[in-house]
Amino acid sequence: MRFVDEYRDPVAARTLLDRIRVLAGDDRFKFMEVCGGHTHAIYRHGIEHILPEGVELVHGPGCPVCVIPMGRVDDAIAVAEQPGVTFTAFGDMMRVPGSHGTLLESKARGADVRVVYSPLDALRIAIDEPDRRVVFFAVGFETTAPSTALTLLRARELDVGNFDVFCNHVTIVPPVKAILDSPDLRLDGFIGPGHVSTVIGQRPYRFVPERYGKPLVTAGFEPLDVLAAITMLLEQIRSGRCEVENQYTRAVREEGNPRALAVMAETFELRPHFEWRGLGFISQSALQLRPEFAAWDAERRYAIPGVRVADPKACQCGEVLKGVIKPWECKVFGTACTPQTPIGTCMVSSEGACAAYYNFGRLHREAAVALRR
Amino acid sequence: MTDTPTGQIVRPATPTPQGRDGPSREALVFERIEAFRRRKPRLPDEFVTLAHGAGGKSSAALLDAVFMPAFWNDTLAARTDAATIELPSGERLAFTTDSYVVNPVRFPGGSVGDLAVNGTVNDLAMMGADPLGLSAAFVLEEGFPIESLRGIVADMAAAAAAAGVDIVTGDTKVVDHGAADGIYITTAGVGTIPAGRRLDTRSVQPGDAVIVSGTLADHGIAVMLARGDLALEADIDSDTASLHGLVGLLLDEVPDTRWMRDATRGGLGTVANELAQTTDLTVVLREAELPVRPAVAGACELLGIDPLYVANEGKFVAVVPADRADLAVETLRTHPLGRDAAHIGEIRSEPPGIVVLVTAFGGTRIIDMLVGDPLPRIC
Repeated sequence: MRFVDEYRDPVAARTLLDRIRVLAGDDRFKFMEVCGGHTHAIYRHGIEHILPEGVELVHGPGCPVCVIPMGRVDDAIAVAEQPGVTFTAFGDMMRVPGSHGTLLESKARGADVRVVYSPLDALRIAIDEPDRRVVFFAVGFETTAPSTALTLLRARELDVGNFDVFCNHVTIVPPVKAILDSPDLRLDGFIGPGHVSTVIGQRPYRFVPERYGKPLVTAGFEPLDVLAAITMLLEQIRSGRCEVENQYTRAVREEGNPRALAVMAETFELRPHFEWRGLGFISQSALQLRPEFAAWDAERRYAIPGVRVADPKACQCGEVLKGVIKPWECKVFGTACTPQTPIGTCMVSSEGACAAYYNFGRLHREAAVALRR
Repeated sequence: MTDTPTGQIVRPATPTPQGRDGPSREALVFERIEAFRRRKPRLPDEFVTLAHGAGGKSSAALLDAVFMPAFWNDTLAARTDAATIELPSGERLAFTTDSYVVNPVRFPGGSVGDLAVNGTVNDLAMMGADPLGLSAAFVLEEGFPIESLRGIVADMAAAAAAAGVDIVTGDTKVVDHGAADGIYITTAGVGTIPAGRRLDTRSVQPGDAVIVSGTLADHGIAVMLARGDLALEADIDSDTASLHGLVGLLLDEVPDTRWMRDATRGGLGTVANELAQTTDLTVVLREAELPVRPAVAGACELLGIDPLYVANEGKFVAVVPADRADLAVETLRTHPLGRDAAHIGEIRSEPPGIVVLVTAFGGTRIIDMLVGDPLPRIC
């Protein structure tokens, strides 16, 4: 595949790995990849086992599915089961468990739940089926928020009256700050999110080196991007620098995407606070529809139960999302909690650290080395 | 708006003590998980969901919790693509059935009619059998256009002729509008297994080579794109074809072929997992050797779908002794349906019961059974 294979070249990988080995020496480093897309890429390409043992990757909170609390899934199902409602969601959300099952099970019970690939697809359904009330389950960081924003603008422009957005968009910076403030984690640096940064740019991360003294390198999602970002982090540390750097220059600009930011600002405003799965309530960390878009706001149209549901006791998604424990250190990992019977969200999305680790990573380092021969 | 970092935890989650004593604990966790994976799959669901039909873990759970206990017998317990029935004369018959419910009924490279014939012929072929005859039963939705039915039936006739087999019996039912989605076809097939042919997971040994008969994921991606809701267009045809000719060629040249399976629903990843679990051996696949057409690889990349789990309708996986791998691949490549055959991996003994992919990038990862339908990732 052109434009992809060049970022998966094993020869270039060996050069970077040699460099990482020299830079790391016998010291130990712990870097957090903020974004679930990176977690997925790291396990999918088997990067963990080819890094030197002293360089450890810790998985962060940037998985849009993983951070949705159970109560919000219950709310979504409550809306989906209203008569006349066609509920649309990204495929990943279908299997996320609420306290009484998943959207997939709701669909099996008779609710009209459909998988869409973009919010515009949901709007299209509303236009094509005017006798249905179509609700779009909006989740995701600044990566997906602009497309929801554009869809809202389009709904207003076309005066589509039977379309609503159930908004659960979140922002990336508050959880990163929460992790930096958390006392139980020692990190040497961050691999910054790629897709989110195409929208928000590099400036919002400046507080990471300035206030917390940790380097951050924004990276792309191909395996060579990840290795290059690790090299850049080690080079910063070895040369005594501490700054925000951009490895993903082919997509991320310093100022981000002003147009995307503008449409978001036009349609969304910050919520005073929002509950994050495992992280608790974080102030000003999520988006809601502006009052001008009240006519398309599912939270205003439907009686949303809004009941806060505590995570199951056994579930340690919070610790996993903060990088405090590795997925396999969770008490229920791989036994009570598997991709087929997930207890926590981290086991549902392929970007969730637990699912990525369970599906791809469950292999001893020594066994991996032996099999590569 | 997103420029201001204002993350203040209102109610912080309770921190837990950080318990890490290195890889030995991790190894124990792996053992615990493996022991857990070997348990019979549970069926916690109250209702049938689409995941039960996707060929992965949920399908296995449904089979084990509902069908197997009710129908239990030694022939069924073998869990092969087709049952083997020994006649009093000593001859062996292969017998199989399958239902076809694809939407849309017509897609680039074929239709549900082609699938209904080829899929059943292939299930017989995977036992080394030559097809003798097929049955065809139709469930039709009221209002289904006769013209479409004619087209599908013509495809079935053409596929059967190409496979050299007759459709010798059948049935038709019509249900109310809305009670079915257009047309469902069920075919069954019988075939004879020539003396001396015995394909069985029990003969698979560490060191054996894993072969695939051609490019992966063509059918599943062709159908997904034909549904049109992805707004993607690419020149990808389904690979639907009857494979017994190709299988016969391989078995003539490499009679000590150990085992084979057509990589339909659930794809190569699922078939390899079934092999690893039944034999308690390791299946090692090499990503760089997997034949995937560039257009298919591109579509999979865009959709976030792993081609290893995408359905094929004209490809099989075979295990042959290591020293026969080159001969097997060369033999397959002489046949039009085996042009892209490749030696894609091998059988090892450790760690038992799992499938490992050596990535093109030089890393390693597990290939597990697929959970649920392959749902595209969101970003």
